[in-house]
Amino acid sequence: MSEPSISSAELITDPVYIEVVKQLRPHASKDASISPESIILSDLGMDSLAIMDFVFDLEDALDLTIPEHRIAEVKTIADLVAAVYLLQKEA
Amino acid sequence: MAIFDKFQPLSDVHDQLKSVGQSPSSLQFDEIISPTEAVLNGRRTILLGTNNYLGLTFDQTSIDKGIEALREQGTGTTGSRIANGSYDGHKALENELAEFYGMHDAILYSTGYMANLGAIGTLAGRGDYLLIDADSHASIHDACKLSDAEVIRFRHNDPVNLAKKLERLADKPGEKLIVIESIYSMLGDTSPLKEMIAVKNKYGASLLIDEAHSLGVMGATGRGLCELAGVEKDIDFVTGTFSKSIGTIGGFLVSNVPGLDIVRLASRPYMFTASLPPSVVATARQALSRVAGATVERTRLWDNATQLYAGLKNAGFDLGPQVSPIVAIRMQDPGKAVALWNGLLDAGVYTNLALPPATPSGWFLLRSSISAAHTSQQIALAVELCAKIGRELGLIPCPATVGASVEMMNVASPRKVAKQEAEKSSDEDETAVQA
Ligand SMILES: Cc1ncc(COP(=O)(O)O)c(C=O)c1O
Repeated sequence: MSEPSISSAELITDPVYIEVVKQLRPHASKDASISPESIILSDLGMDSLAIMDFVFDLEDALDLTIPEHRIAEVKTIADLVAAVYLLQKEA
Repeated sequence: MAIFDKFQPLSDVHDQLKSVGQSPSSLQFDEIISPTEAVLNGRRTILLGTNNYLGLTFDQTSIDKGIEALREQGTGTTGSRIANGSYDGHKALENELAEFYGMHDAILYSTGYMANLGAIGTLAGRGDYLLIDADSHASIHDACKLSDAEVIRFRHNDPVNLAKKLERLADKPGEKLIVIESIYSMLGDTSPLKEMIAVKNKYGASLLIDEAHSLGVMGATGRGLCELAGVEKDIDFVTGTFSKSIGTIGGFLVSNVPGLDIVRLASRPYMFTASLPPSVVATARQALSRVAGATVERTRLWDNATQLYAGLKNAGFDLGPQVSPIVAIRMQDPGKAVALWNGLLDAGVYTNLALPPATPSGWFLLRSSISAAHTSQQIALAVELCAKIGRELGLIPCPATVGASVEMMNVASPRKVAKQEAEKSSDEDETAVQA
C-alpha cells in the first residue's frame, strides 16, 4: 500500500484526495500542514481516536466502508487515497 | 534494556502519575473489609470502583461452597478441559447458565476476556465479517485480532451507521456477526438494543452481546439488557463474566444456535488454558443461583446509582448520558482528572481513573461503579467529597448544596472491624474532613 497509483503532484487535484483532506481538517491539529506525504499517525497531531472519527467521516462522505486491516496498512495520505480507489474497485 | 524502549511513552505516563500522587496500576490495598470498604495506605476507604454490583464477594454461602470444593477437589484443575477432562462442577455450571438464560448451550471460559476471545475470534472466520462498535471493550478488539474475519467498526451505538455498513456487504458471501455490549464499561451507557436487532434482522446478520456489566444488574431476573428489552429470542450469542456481579472470576458463552459444542474444539482460548478451579466454579454456581431472586439487591443497586448520578449531576459535573451502575465524570483536563482521583483517595474514596485511548472520545474519566452493598450514607459522602474537591479544582463552577455529613463515613461500614477501629487515630478522621 506504500506506492500510490498516482503521483503526488497529480494527487493534489484528485477528487478523492480533496475529499480526504476536507474530512481530515476538523480532526487534524490546527497548524498541521497536510500533504500527500503526511504520515497520518504522526504528522497531523491525531491520536488513534481522532483517526477513528476521521475514518467514520470519510466513510460517510465517500459512501464506502474501510475495514480495519486496510486502515492498518495505510501510512500516508497518498496510501489512504490509493486504498480508497482499491476499495471502490472491489465494491 | 532496549527491548523495553518502545514502552517509553507508557512509562512516562506512569511516572507522571506517580510524580503527582498515586498510580492506579500500583495501588495496593492493605486489607479488604467488605464489598464496599478496604484499608488503603492505612486509611479506611470506601470502594466505589469494583464492579461488585450485587455485593456478593463476601456472601457466606458462596464462601462456604468454595471452601467445601477446595477441600473435596483440591486447588486447581492443572489443565484445560480438552486435555485434562472436566470436573462435574464445570458441566453443572454450564447447565445452570444455559437454564438461567433460557438457552440451549453454554460454554465456560476461564475469564470474560477469554470468553470474548474464544467466542468472537472463533465464530467469525476467514471470509466472514465482524461488525464491532467503536467503543468496544479491549477483549473485543483483541478477539478481532485473533479472528481471520474482516473487521468493520461502526459508530458507537449507531444503528444507522451499522445498517449502512451491512448494506454495503449485502451482496458479499460470508457470515456477518455484529458484536455489541449491553452496558458500555466506561460511561455506563446502554446499547439501543431494539434498533440494533431491527438492523440485524433486516440484513440477516448474527448478533453477539457482551452482558458483562448487566448480568444480575438489569432485567426482572437479572439476565441483563436483553431480558429488560424483551428481545432474548432475537439474540444469537451472549458472553459474560463472573468477575463483576458474580464476585469471582470466569467467563461464558451461551447460545440457542444449534451445535454450539463444536466451538469448544475450535476455540483456542478454551483449549489452551487451564479450566476454572473447583472452588471458583462452586462460588460462581452459588452466586449465580442467587441472581434471579436478588430483586432487593437490584433495587438497592439502582437506588444507589440514581443517588450518585443525581448527586454528581446536581453538583455540576459532566457525566455519562444516563443513570447506570457505572457513573463516570467526564473531564478534558488530565491534570484535574488525576487531582480529583488522588483527592478522593486521600479523603478515603476509591474510584477508577480511566485515561485515553481506553476511553471514548478521549475523555479523562473518573469512573465509579456502584454496589447494592453501598449504603446511602456512603454514596452521599462520596458525592460530597467529589463536589468539594471538584470545586477546589474548578471542575464545577458554583457551590452545590451540601449533602450528607462527613461523620457518616464511620457509620457506613457494613462489616466493622474492631481491630481497624482501634488502630485508626482520630487524626486520620480530621484529614478526611479537610481533604
Ligand atoms: C465489557 C467487558 N467485557 C469483558 C470483560 C472481561 O471480563 P473479565 O474480567 O472476566 O476478563 C470486561 C471487564 O473488564 C468488560 O468490561
